[in-house]
Amino acid sequence: MTGLKRLLAATALTGAALSGAMAQETIFLSTQLRPVEEATKVRQIILKGAPGPVTFVVEEPSPFQTRMDAETQAGKRTISMVGALHGELAPLVGSKGLEPLDALVAKAKERGVPDAMLALGKLGTDKQMYIPWMQATYIMAAKKEALQYLPAGADVNALTYVQLKDWAKNIQDKTGKRALGFPAGPKGLLARFFQGYLYPSYTGGVVASFKSAEAEAMWGAFKDLWAHVNPNSASYDFMQEPLMAGEVMIAFDHVARLKDALVAAPNDYVTFPAPSAAKGRGFMPVVAGLGIAPNAPNKAGAMAAIEHLLKPETQVTMARELGFFPVVKADLPTDLPGGIKLLVEGVAKTQGAKDALVSLLPVGLGAKGGEFNKVYVDTFQAIVLRGAPIRATLDAQAATLQTIMNETKAPCWAPDKPSDGACKVN
Amino acid sequence: MSRTRLLPYLLIGPATVFLLVLFVVPLVQTIALAFTDNGTASLTNFSKMAGDLNFGLSLRNTFLLVLAVIPLQLCLALMMAMMVQKLEKGRDLVLWILIIPLGISDLAAGLVWLSILQDRGYFNTVLNMLGLIDGPVNWLSYEAPLSLFIGVVLAEVWRATAIVLVILIAGLQLIPKEYAEAAEIFGATAWTRFRKITLPLLKPSIQSALILRTVLAFEVFAVVYALSGRNFPVLVGEAYAWQHVNQNNGVAAAYAILVMGISLAATVIYIKALRIRPEMQP
Repeated sequence: MTGLKRLLAATALTGAALSGAMAQETIFLSTQLRPVEEATKVRQIILKGAPGPVTFVVEEPSPFQTRMDAETQAGKRTISMVGALHGELAPLVGSKGLEPLDALVAKAKERGVPDAMLALGKLGTDKQMYIPWMQATYIMAAKKEALQYLPAGADVNALTYVQLKDWAKNIQDKTGKRALGFPAGPKGLLARFFQGYLYPSYTGGVVASFKSAEAEAMWGAFKDLWAHVNPNSASYDFMQEPLMAGEVMIAFDHVARLKDALVAAPNDYVTFPAPSAAKGRGFMPVVAGLGIAPNAPNKAGAMAAIEHLLKPETQVTMARELGFFPVVKADLPTDLPGGIKLLVEGVAKTQGAKDALVSLLPVGLGAKGGEFNKVYVDTFQAIVLRGAPIRATLDAQAATLQTIMNETKAPCWAPDKPSDGACKVN
Repeated sequence: MSRTRLLPYLLIGPATVFLLVLFVVPLVQTIALAFTDNGTASLTNFSKMAGDLNFGLSLRNTFLLVLAVIPLQLCLALMMAMMVQKLEKGRDLVLWILIIPLGISDLAAGLVWLSILQDRGYFNTVLNMLGLIDGPVNWLSYEAPLSLFIGVVLAEVWRATAIVLVILIAGLQLIPKEYAEAAEIFGATAWTRFRKITLPLLKPSIQSALILRTVLAFEVFAVVYALSGRNFPVLVGEAYAWQHVNQNNGVAAAYAILVMGISLAATVIYIKALRIRPEMQP
C-alpha cells in the first residue's frame, strides 16, 4: 500500500514539475516544416536566437485541428503559439482557437509585410488573427533530359497548356512513357492547381466562372492533356518522389514538395512557371501564418518568438535552409545552395512572368475550405478520371459550390471581381 | 452471502464501464452529430452524403467487395480447416503458419500487397522474368478497375481468412468423432459425411464467423486505401475523407451511421437465415 502511495506521490510530483517547466517555455505547434530534417533546422538554427526557450512541435493538419479544438473545449492550454497554412488557420477562428494580434501589426508593417498579405491574416474578421510567417508557391520542375522533346518554338519558361500537352505527347511518342505528373493523390494538392492555375489561366476567375463556356472548353482540353499524364498520378502526394524514382520527368507541385528532388540532384533539373492560357498565367502564392492561442500559457514568449521569426535575417535563413520565402522586406543572398537556388529561380520566374495572373488563397470560407476543395477535385474526378459529361458535371458541382458560398457568405476574391455579399457562380 | 451475490456484478463491472465510456458515449455522440446541423435537428448531413459524387460508387464498391470476399473466405477457410483437421504430423506448425496474417495490421497488409502489385512490384518483376510482359504493367490504376478490384479482393482474402479459419477449427473440435465413425460404418462417403454431419453441426461456428467477417468487411478501409488511394472509394474511406480532408464531421458521422445500419442488418439476416435450434447443437 505504501509502495502504491509513494508511486502516486512521485507521479503527481513529476506532473507538477513538468507543468512548471512548461510555464516558462513557449510551445510552438506547427503543421509546417514537419520532416525531421526540417524540424531539426527550425529547432537548432531558426529558433536559436529567440529570446526565450521555444519548443517546436509538429503535427499533421488534421490532428492539429483536433488538438486545438480539444484544448479550447477543455479550457486548458498547453500550446501558446501556432504556425500553419492560411487554410489551416481559418477554421480556428470559428472554433475560438486564435487570439487577435493587432499589437503586432505595426511591427509587421514596419518590417515590410505587404498590406494585401496582412489582410489575408484577418481571416474574414476585422481583427488580425495571424501574422504572415513565410510564403511559397507552386512551380514546375523537369528533368533536363526531357527538354529535348519540347515542341518546336516552345520556350520552357513561357509554356502554354497546349505546348505542355504537345511536350508530354512527344515524350510518350518517342519513349513510350507518360512522363508528366500531377499530385492527384489523397494528400496531394491538386485542388490548388485548379483554383490557382488552371481556372484563372483559362477563365480569368475561380468561382464566378466555374461553369462558364471557357471552363467547359478548359476541362475538355485538360482531359486531352491527361491522356499523356502518368496514371499513377492518382496516387502521388508529393511529386519529389516520382521525380527521384524516374517515374515522371515533368511535374507540377508546391515548392516544398519538390524540394527533396531538386536538392538531391540540382544539376539534373530545371524549374519554370506553370503554363498559361487565354486569360494569362495563373499562379497562387501560399502563405503560412503565426497565431497565438487565447489564454496561452506563455503569451509574452509567443509574441517575442513571432517578432524573432519576422526579423529579416531569420527570414533569409529560412529561405536558405528550408526553401520558404520571406514575407518581410529582405534580400536573398546570391550564394544559395543548388536545389534551393532552383526553387528561388522557379518562383522568381513565376512571379516575374509578364502575363502572371495572381490568384489568392480562398478567403472567408472558414471551416468550409475542405468542402470547397472537394468541389474542384470531384469535378476533376468525374470529368477526367470517370469520363462524365462536362456540362452536366459542371452544373451539378456549381450548385454545391454556390451552397458553400451562400453558407459562408464569402465574397469573391481575386482573380474573380469583388462582389457584394456571397460570391455568385455565373 | 452478500459478497457472493455482488461478485458477478463486480466482475462484469470494469467491462461494462469500459463499454459505456468508450463505446456507448461515442455512439450517442456520433448519432447526435449525424442528425444535427448547427445544433438543430436535421437530415442535412444525410442528404449531403446521398448527393455526394462518391456515395453511389462507394456503396456499390463496398457491397461488391463483401459479396466477393466473404463466400471466398468461407470456402477457403472450410477447406483449410478440414485439411488441418486431417493432419497427423505438424498440425500445430501448419496452423501457426496459416494464421500469421491475423497478427498483421490491415494497413501493413495493404502495404505488403502494394509492394507486390505496384508497377515496380514483385509481381511485375516475376512476369517480366518469365517474358510475359515488356515493361511495368499498372495493375492498380483507375484505368484498370478490374485488376484493381481483384488486387483488393486478394489482399482482403489473404489478410482476413485466418479469423474464419480459427473459429471453424474451434467448431470442428466440438463435433464428436462418433457421428462420423457411425456414418462410415454405414458406408457414407467422405463427401456425404461432410455434407450431412460436419456442415450442419458446424452451423453455429459458421454463423459466428460470418457475422464477424461480414461486419468487419463492411468496415474495410486500410487495405483499400493502401492499394488504391482514391481510385476505389468505399464507405468507411468516404467517412475518413469527410472527417479529415473535407473537415465536415457531420457527414462523416452520417457515413458511420450508415455503415452501422448495414452491419446490423447483415447480422439480423444471418441470425434469421442460419437459425440454430437447440437440438442442432453438437
